[in-house]
Amino acid sequence: MRYLPKSQSERREMLDAIGAKSIEKLFETIPAKYRLNELLNLPGPLSEMEIIDYFKARAAENSRGFTSFLGAGVYQHVKSVVTDALVQRGEFLTSYTPYQAEISQGTLQAIFEFQTLMAQLTGQEVANASMYDGSTALTEAVLMAERLTRRHRVLVANTVHPEYRQVLATYAKHLGIQIEEFGFTASGQADLNSLRDASLSEAAAIVVQSPNFFGVLENLAPFAERAHATGALLVDCITEPVSLGIVKPPEEADIVALEAQSFGVPPSYGGPFVGVIAAREKFVRQMPGRLAGEALDAEGRRGFCLTLATREQHIRREKATSNICTNEALYALVVTIHLCLLGKEGLRELAGQNLSKARFAQEQLKKIPGVTLPFSGATFNEFVVEFPRPVTQVNQKLAAEKIIGPLALEKYYSGMANRGLVCITETMSRTEIERFTAALRKILAN
Amino acid sequence: MNQRTTDEMEAIGIKKARRHVSQNEGLIFDKSVRGKRGMELPPLDVPSVDPANALGAEFVRDGIEGFPEVSEIEVIRHFTRLSTWNYAIDLGMYPLGSCTMKYNPRVNEFVARLEGLATEHPLQPDEVSQGCLRIIHDLQKCLLEITGMDAASLEPVAGAQGELTGLLLIRAYLESKGNPRKKVLIPDSAHGTNPASVVIANYEVQNIKSNERGQIDIAHFREFVTEDVAALMITNPSTLGVYEENIAEIAEILHSRGALLYMDGANMNALAGVTRPGDFGVDVMHLNLHKTFSTPHGGGGPGAGPVTVKKILEPFLPVPVVTQTNGKFALDYNRPQSIGRVRAYCGNFGVLLRALAYTLAYGPGIRQTTEDAVLNANYIRKHLEDLYELPYNLPSMHEVVFSDARQRKHGVNTMDIAKRLIDYGFHPYTTAFPLIVPGALMIEPTESESREECDLFIEAMRSIATEAETNPEIVKTAPHATRVGRLDEVAAARRPILRWKPKQNQNAQKQVATHGEKAHIIPTA
Repeated sequence: MRYLPKSQSERREMLDAIGAKSIEKLFETIPAKYRLNELLNLPGPLSEMEIIDYFKARAAENSRGFTSFLGAGVYQHVKSVVTDALVQRGEFLTSYTPYQAEISQGTLQAIFEFQTLMAQLTGQEVANASMYDGSTALTEAVLMAERLTRRHRVLVANTVHPEYRQVLATYAKHLGIQIEEFGFTASGQADLNSLRDASLSEAAAIVVQSPNFFGVLENLAPFAERAHATGALLVDCITEPVSLGIVKPPEEADIVALEAQSFGVPPSYGGPFVGVIAAREKFVRQMPGRLAGEALDAEGRRGFCLTLATREQHIRREKATSNICTNEALYALVVTIHLCLLGKEGLRELAGQNLSKARFAQEQLKKIPGVTLPFSGATFNEFVVEFPRPVTQVNQKLAAEKIIGPLALEKYYSGMANRGLVCITETMSRTEIERFTAALRKILAN
Repeated sequence: MNQRTTDEMEAIGIKKARRHVSQNEGLIFDKSVRGKRGMELPPLDVPSVDPANALGAEFVRDGIEGFPEVSEIEVIRHFTRLSTWNYAIDLGMYPLGSCTMKYNPRVNEFVARLEGLATEHPLQPDEVSQGCLRIIHDLQKCLLEITGMDAASLEPVAGAQGELTGLLLIRAYLESKGNPRKKVLIPDSAHGTNPASVVIANYEVQNIKSNERGQIDIAHFREFVTEDVAALMITNPSTLGVYEENIAEIAEILHSRGALLYMDGANMNALAGVTRPGDFGVDVMHLNLHKTFSTPHGGGGPGAGPVTVKKILEPFLPVPVVTQTNGKFALDYNRPQSIGRVRAYCGNFGVLLRALAYTLAYGPGIRQTTEDAVLNANYIRKHLEDLYELPYNLPSMHEVVFSDARQRKHGVNTMDIAKRLIDYGFHPYTTAFPLIVPGALMIEPTESESREECDLFIEAMRSIATEAETNPEIVKTAPHATRVGRLDEVAAARRPILRWKPKQNQNAQKQVATHGEKAHIIPTA
């Protein structure tokens, strides 16, 4: 077998060296009745060419040829071939967690740079590297707020990504954390006035997302004020970090949970992605996940090492801040390289293009009879549209035009059958936007 | 800078590595010069919108101070230089015990990037996701066959998340029986994630001591399994690399008292194709696809931690579940008894896909990987056991655990030996774990090492054992050939510097990299 670097005679010689008559001898501690006498019933073995054929066949069964207007936490953005060429270097791809700092300085310095970039983007003082994704980053951010405040209630806007809230609910359920969800206003923004003082005085955190699941930007300052007045923290969740190229960073938030997939990470049917927690420096000892820090060796040379490990499970076991061990380091590297390429100007231009294209699409959609944009709040590259009939019906017709239409919001919100979430990034050409609006116009006219 | 020369390294007997020049490189932020960029966008094909007009001035930020401004070639050089400071499987053996650092096949990377797979959106309709769903389904079938279980969820994205998922399944099952119970038993040899996961599932951890053979003492174990015990969480083979010989009996004791058996599958590389946890009584387990199933560790992740379960736990699996009806695949969310979601979407699909590519490459031949992994570990053990102490003299499976008891007499500990291995061109083994072995050297070669590489490792370890007696200082101060020596981690944690910040009084001049020298010398293969 091509991955195994031994000939049969080498195996024989090695067994002789050990003093074992046969390979079976090495498995004799497994009781005979549990040892398999037959080979497993598995497909294969396949050659490299056959493996490629299998996956090409699967790729052909997916959405190739379709234009998609889906976002909702997973975005199609520009990528550079440079990023992929660099992360495929074996020294990055096939290295372990950098516990042995002396031979992991490449990974460690890149992590340090990632932490810096994430802190710069979010306007926070420190950032970790990394969490599994946005949904688990948000969950861990809430658990962190609970530890910091020693309070066990969380007020979560229902404009936070529904699947993120589902993950939070799974984790919170058995930890005695009460989750109270609150609604939104006509602008599509989380409804500050619906928060009750009685709940706030017991709350570890208010949790909002900006841009929120409807694509609407939240005004964080009043939420921060309300939270801080009662000793709660403000947790802000970000699923579309490209917005941070032009949108004011969530400096008012105490903890930020971010999904960084937008920066060079392919959608890949939902993962692997990159979660991040950024926060105020004074909270760092309650932060989960790995952190790289600057350190000196005996000769005074600067290097980097994993630090504050006493927060982590391999040291603290049941007293750790989290059970996380394996994270998304390679994709944190993707994000780092991507952001270095984009740079200060590129990021701003990218964000501007998203805003302009989404605005263009909104203007086109508004012109279609029966189509409205129900929320008045400012949006970035996603927004809610309302049709005169159920979105799922419209989407079936759009599929015939090879278009994956807006995300039907009724999947997550009852009473929203006619509303859908549209995402327009810089990768969507004017022609495709116009093809979409033309198709829609035709469908709704019938 | 260390003055030792290549000739001296050869004289000592360092065969695998020799010094060469490695480039210095500062932080990307220090290279940044205003006005440069490394990526250009196609021109905007719609009217440009002014952000302040569109969003309101209160929502708009200024440019990010200190954000990098560098060209493409500078990005290429920066990260290529950094990469050369890393060790990697692609360079040589990575004998980290419990980590299963095996070869990461390149074809897996190729297929993960295919148009039509890498490009797919997780919320697109099932009708246009049949390929993705079938990949998940096919891998699920393979993992069930390998583990001997009945149902699976591939949603957990890391071993630790698989553990938590498994524990939540146990809780949900026991709750459905009327009492979730209070405690989870964990042997003292367990990975740190086990107790940390137990706490999140809101169980109490009860540690159980291993006996003098490093195994669970059946007589004692019976006493532990009270009405309060929900499950035992066990790693098999244990972190000593030893098969838990009474595992089936342990399962019986648990089951007779209404408790379940969880198996941490971190060491599945010792079992795949040879024995199946489902057959010896395990009720729920997780696999680490970034260990046993070859997906690249990438400097710390990503991974995937699928759980496989017995029939009794199936109703509680996380949503969504992939179903197949009349050849059509779908995501099923209507699972009233489900524990809920543990992650958005369908987990780390890109990792699942690579694991399937790996499994297809071997097919039933996966047994050979297990045999070779166990062969390598025993070969290394055989050639080192005269020089290094074996604290538990039991048959090794895929890894062998020594202690530094003999070297300690000369003031040399496991960390010193590990750091000295770096000079010999190897990544260290796992140090100081499992906790039940003071000064542990935990060595897992995996099946990916040739006899030649194993021999080089053995030679290095033997040479270091000699050095520990004749020249302990050189071992205690190792590594000598790296860009940096041992870092002062205590000082780093006391006053953590976790990010770059713009220099005070920054002038327009470009900062010079911190390293004074043009280049530095490190060993390489």
